[in-house]
Amino acid sequence: MDNTAENYQQKTFAGRYDRLAEIGEFIAQAAKNAGFDEDAVYTLQLAVDEACTNIIEHAYEGEGKGKIECICDDDEDELIITLHDWGKAFNPENIPEPDFSVPIEEIESRGAGLILIKKIMDDVKFKFSPEDGNILIMVKHKKKEEE
Amino acid sequence: MEITTTQYKNVDVIKMAGRLDSSSAPKLTDAFKKLTDAKRYKIVFDMSEIDFISSAGVWTLMETQKECRKLSRGEVILATVNDKIVKSLDLAGLKHFFTFSDDITEAVGNL
Repeated sequence: MDNTAENYQQKTFAGRYDRLAEIGEFIAQAAKNAGFDEDAVYTLQLAVDEACTNIIEHAYEGEGKGKIECICDDDEDELIITLHDWGKAFNPENIPEPDFSVPIEEIESRGAGLILIKKIMDDVKFKFSPEDGNILIMVKHKKKEEE
Repeated sequence: MEITTTQYKNVDVIKMAGRLDSSSAPKLTDAFKKLTDAKRYKIVFDMSEIDFISSAGVWTLMETQKECRKLSRGEVILATVNDKIVKSLDLAGLKHFFTFSDDITEAVGNL
């Protein structure tokens, strides 16, 4: 395993909505370096934006309460994005998936972020410990070369 | 980030540029609310200069669409939306709540 500076990027951001653009740029750069196409770069940014919004809203319960550490690990076959926060336990898998097939007036404005994360990423893992906070690991496989 | 509202006879066009995320969505919500509070429910949202939209932004549009469609009094048309955004609305399962147009003038005329 060779974790050179090029394929392992780590950066910590303040848990504020006005930092989401900067987090997005960090992820976009890592995704481009990992060889993802333009569409995938966009959706990876989107998945991370949704996850960070959830961290600020649910784990920290507000802006400016703590940090978000982002790690992009560019492996041979996949890009592993880890988000680490020190807020209260927030397991996205415990949130029920909303039903958007109902009429618009019955729609509650929540839950789309998690749907996006699950659809965009190939694998999502969650860990929590009282000492170390929440760790969300999101994996995106690289497409194989034309066969 | 600037949001502009242009008023026509029966229709308003709202335009913003850049990222529509949790940071900018509240300002857009305010701009839409000014219109719906003034009982103006036919709105074209010019998205030609929006390059990113997260679910926070989509919910702003959904809440406005809900308000406008009540009693069939209006509609929010999403105009000149980039392809990646349309795909992400589809991925979230929310695309079917919106009407799309490739042309602002045509969208204004259709409302």
